Amino acid sequence: MDRNEVFEKVKKVTIEQLGVKEGEVNESSSFTEDLGADSLDVVELVMALEDEFGADIPDDDVQNLKTVGNVVDYLAK
Amino acid sequence: MSIEPRPSGRVVVTGIGAITPLGTGIEKTWPRLLAGENAIDNITIMDVSDYATRFAGEVRDFNAEDWLDKKDARRIDRFISYGVAASRMALDDSGFPLNEDTAEWVGALVGSGVGGHNVLAEQARRLFEGGPSKVSPFFVPYIIPDMASGMISITLGLKGPSTCIVTACATGTDAIGDAYHIVKRGDAIAMLAGGTEAAINELGMAGFCSARAMSTRNDDPTHASRPFDNDRDGFVMGEGSGVLMLEDYDHAIARGAKIYGEVVGYGFTSDAHHITAPHPEGEGAVRAMKNSLKRAGITVEQIDYINAHGTSTGLNDKGETAAIKKVFGEQAYKVPISSTKSMIGHTLGATGALEAIFCLLAMRDSIIPPTINYEFPDPDCDLDYVPNVARKAEINYTLSNSFGFGGHNATLVLKKL
Repeated sequence: MDRNEVFEKVKKVTIEQLGVKEGEVNESSSFTEDLGADSLDVVELVMALEDEFGADIPDDDVQNLKTVGNVVDYLAK
Repeated sequence: MSIEPRPSGRVVVTGIGAITPLGTGIEKTWPRLLAGENAIDNITIMDVSDYATRFAGEVRDFNAEDWLDKKDARRIDRFISYGVAASRMALDDSGFPLNEDTAEWVGALVGSGVGGHNVLAEQARRLFEGGPSKVSPFFVPYIIPDMASGMISITLGLKGPSTCIVTACATGTDAIGDAYHIVKRGDAIAMLAGGTEAAINELGMAGFCSARAMSTRNDDPTHASRPFDNDRDGFVMGEGSGVLMLEDYDHAIARGAKIYGEVVGYGFTSDAHHITAPHPEGEGAVRAMKNSLKRAGITVEQIDYINAHGTSTGLNDKGETAAIKKVFGEQAYKVPISSTKSMIGHTLGATGALEAIFCLLAMRDSIIPPTINYEFPDPDCDLDYVPNVARKAEINYTLSNSFGFGGHNATLVLKKL
């Protein structure tokens, strides 16, 4: 999956999970600072990303995933 | 300026909000209820092919995003959305001046009979399919029955008492009774009180099917909810929410509020008999009714209308009829009784609150909603059930019964002012 494809998917999940508008989500958006997520929202968002990508994202890695771009980099690897 | 409650000892209803299978809002529900319209139909929100009962009273015109932010609306259990919406309606209807000074004296007590079954079933599926790490962090907050009151307080900014009553199908009536006491003793100036339920889901339907409590008239759902009729075969599931704004009498008068009626009597007892079956002679129901009348300080002759629990199960309808006869004596044959469950089904924890609202509207409009689908008299149920057609009547006092699994009996007496 190329990076852009990953970004589009992450964006879709983020919009759905956090109830934000498409225009608000870009690579530099921070989930908590810009998109209004609290700690529970982040846990649920990660689960939704795991479902979407069929991936397993360990808790230790989650703390480094602050922005949409962080997640795209992580999942594109 | 900080204020303190100065309880008058009297509690009135100054706002109402309802979501029922007949529509979102009182203005949609009430005229259809008086017209004897039926809201029972085939279930559309889940696959029911394997279920013994395949119909219910669904709420079909509700959009959670009209009442909650998008994020909450997507994931929250429906029972919470309904409770928040009905509370918003009741608060708006009351015109109560909610502000920094008053907010700490306004609370929420909106119970639920079964809580968040929708979220529970979905998260249980995730647990068994994917393991514990797949269970949502919102599982716990969205299944606990007190989260209706929690979200109502958060959404509307109510900082007074926020609690929850869970007494199965008596929840709505007990919530009003408890909130009545909270306002009466001055722990709040006003309370949003009632019940909310959304048990039309895989787990809820399966459980009630297995309990053999529901009608299985799948070929004719519109005639399935037939309280007091000899041809009944069980209750019909409904969903929705009813919320009342209870307010201190003096406070309501001082601000010139519109008043629907006064809460004057509340009785609550236990059968101490069986987990699901009511006492066959309605022993606990008799005492709940007697206690509510005693608290109201009125005689049975003064009750102009009874909104029955009337679930359309043989056990309830016969037991409740026997109990009414025991309490009312000869007067039992004169007082009009109806079951609005014949039109919207049994909304479990919401039912008592919706029925209290129907009692208030019956007093306001001088008209009694009917018991529809009444065709074949049951020899054990020989009272006046206001069959099939609404009836004009001057109504000054109403009595409403609710009974729940666990042997809970609750009765509310309301008065027109």
